[in-house]
Amino acid sequence: MNLVFYVLAGLTVLGGLAAVLLKNTVHCALALTVAFAGLALLFLELDAQFAGFAQILVYIGAVAILVVFAILLTRGSETPEDGVFSHTWLAGLAVAAAVFAVLGWAVIQSAPALTHESAAPVVTVNQIGNALLGRYVLPLEIVALLLTAALVGAVIVAMHEKEETK
Amino acid sequence: MVSTLDQIFVLLKHWLVGLLPSVLQPAAGVLLSVVAIVCVFPALFALTVLLERKGLGRMQNRLGPNRVGPFGILQPIADAIKSLTKEDIVPLRADALIHFLAPLVLVVAVFLEFAVVPMGRNMVLVDMDASLLFFFSIGASTELSVFMAGWSSRNKYSLMGAMRAVAQMISYEVPLLMSSVAVVMITGSLSLVKIVEAQNQYTYGLPHWNIFTPWGCAGFVMFAIAATAETNRSPFDLPEGESELVAGYFTEYSGFKFALFFLGEYLGMFSISGLGTALFLGGWSAPFSFLWWVPSWIWFFGKVMLSICVLIWVRGTLPRLRQDQLMNFAWKFVLPMTLLNLVDVALWRFLGEGWLRWVVCSAVMLVAYVAAALTGLRRDHIGPRSYRYAE
Repeated sequence: MNLVFYVLAGLTVLGGLAAVLLKNTVHCALALTVAFAGLALLFLELDAQFAGFAQILVYIGAVAILVVFAILLTRGSETPEDGVFSHTWLAGLAVAAAVFAVLGWAVIQSAPALTHESAAPVVTVNQIGNALLGRYVLPLEIVALLLTAALVGAVIVAMHEKEETK
Repeated sequence: MVSTLDQIFVLLKHWLVGLLPSVLQPAAGVLLSVVAIVCVFPALFALTVLLERKGLGRMQNRLGPNRVGPFGILQPIADAIKSLTKEDIVPLRADALIHFLAPLVLVVAVFLEFAVVPMGRNMVLVDMDASLLFFFSIGASTELSVFMAGWSSRNKYSLMGAMRAVAQMISYEVPLLMSSVAVVMITGSLSLVKIVEAQNQYTYGLPHWNIFTPWGCAGFVMFAIAATAETNRSPFDLPEGESELVAGYFTEYSGFKFALFFLGEYLGMFSISGLGTALFLGGWSAPFSFLWWVPSWIWFFGKVMLSICVLIWVRGTLPRLRQDQLMNFAWKFVLPMTLLNLVDVALWRFLGEGWLRWVVCSAVMLVAYVAAALTGLRRDHIGPRSYRYAE
């Protein structure tokens, strides 16, 4: 627990809060990106290079762009007249607090169960690659197949319109 | 003497850092390297802009800048003073904060990319295990700054330019990654330093550069196409097509912020050329073994400038693509070819040393490209554009 951690944690939490509280939808998306970047930097601070860079590549490079595109292509970034807050925000807050409590409880409970290692294990990207294509090759291939199927499905859904207009 | 000249910048840095107390030394070393990168590449940018304007001028049968200084060589200084003294205009309806942040995010992200590019023997700022992954993850975050610029300007041309730019960058990022993965498969490492070192070997005086293999040659062409598109250079400059969109996503920027976008674009060209040099052109290694005495950094910067010259040449030669051609080209030609390249590189890896792998891999690539050319260039494919939504 050092200064860097607190700065990064603060950045992540602020980004997350801003993503929920800001009125303009595009601002929310950009604030969410700040939260993603904070998480990636936290991974890097823990010496998890692969997880950190993959977080940047996937979440900032793809997910944030996707969110922004979805906002722009659907209804524009104008704030609706009746405000952005849902009427059931109290219930939502309760659910969020409950989830947070359960997760926090689980984390605190699991801490003593971990073996105490004197030094942090060094995991290189090379080892991760070998594990992915060696021991975990079947899950990897299944995920790849699933994603390809989703991609083909998305293209079919998008192409449907053309046949109708002709 | 030769090795002193080769390592002159490293030795200079060690000497300068050695003057300081030992507590400050690690920080000072990093700071010095960062300052060097931040100074060298903008200077190269000024030089390249002049080269481009002169070169394009000659290609278009005119003189190019020739008023400021002898042969116009002081033009970059005049441009810099002009952009510094110009009024900074922010549109009234613009989103001031995001409008201000967009050029900064772009330039910072592009400068970060230089951290992992090896610019000579022992000349790399951070030699990390996953430097290629770092490069691509930082490159992916420049897309967001383009979007920020286009959206915050509240100008339909800006927004359309940004949408085009982001769509194009996402589409061409896939083949860019795929063509780089081929090199990673052969080297077995994501570290750019290791990739360059693996190419720094010679047989009969000729280097083991990746471009001199069947898969590397095809992969380099695909990489170059994707890199040109990724940096929004002509013929892929639709996001800032002057005849359609004024200036694309930075239409509403003036003064120094405009200069920052300009700088970011050229720095992106340098960094992607540096990456291509490291991946395919042997990085800082000499093209012939008898040229070993030339300092390694001369080779690196020479190769980068050569790539820039090719980019300028291409810009002066090819017309701009249409949006549908751009997307079809990325998804229906470049991406399948890079996927085939992965198969070819796997064949190369497992056929082992010897002449057999040269024959098999060359045959696979030749057949694929000839077949693609024969089917893709048939005349019945090329017809008038059909509009789906605009009729």
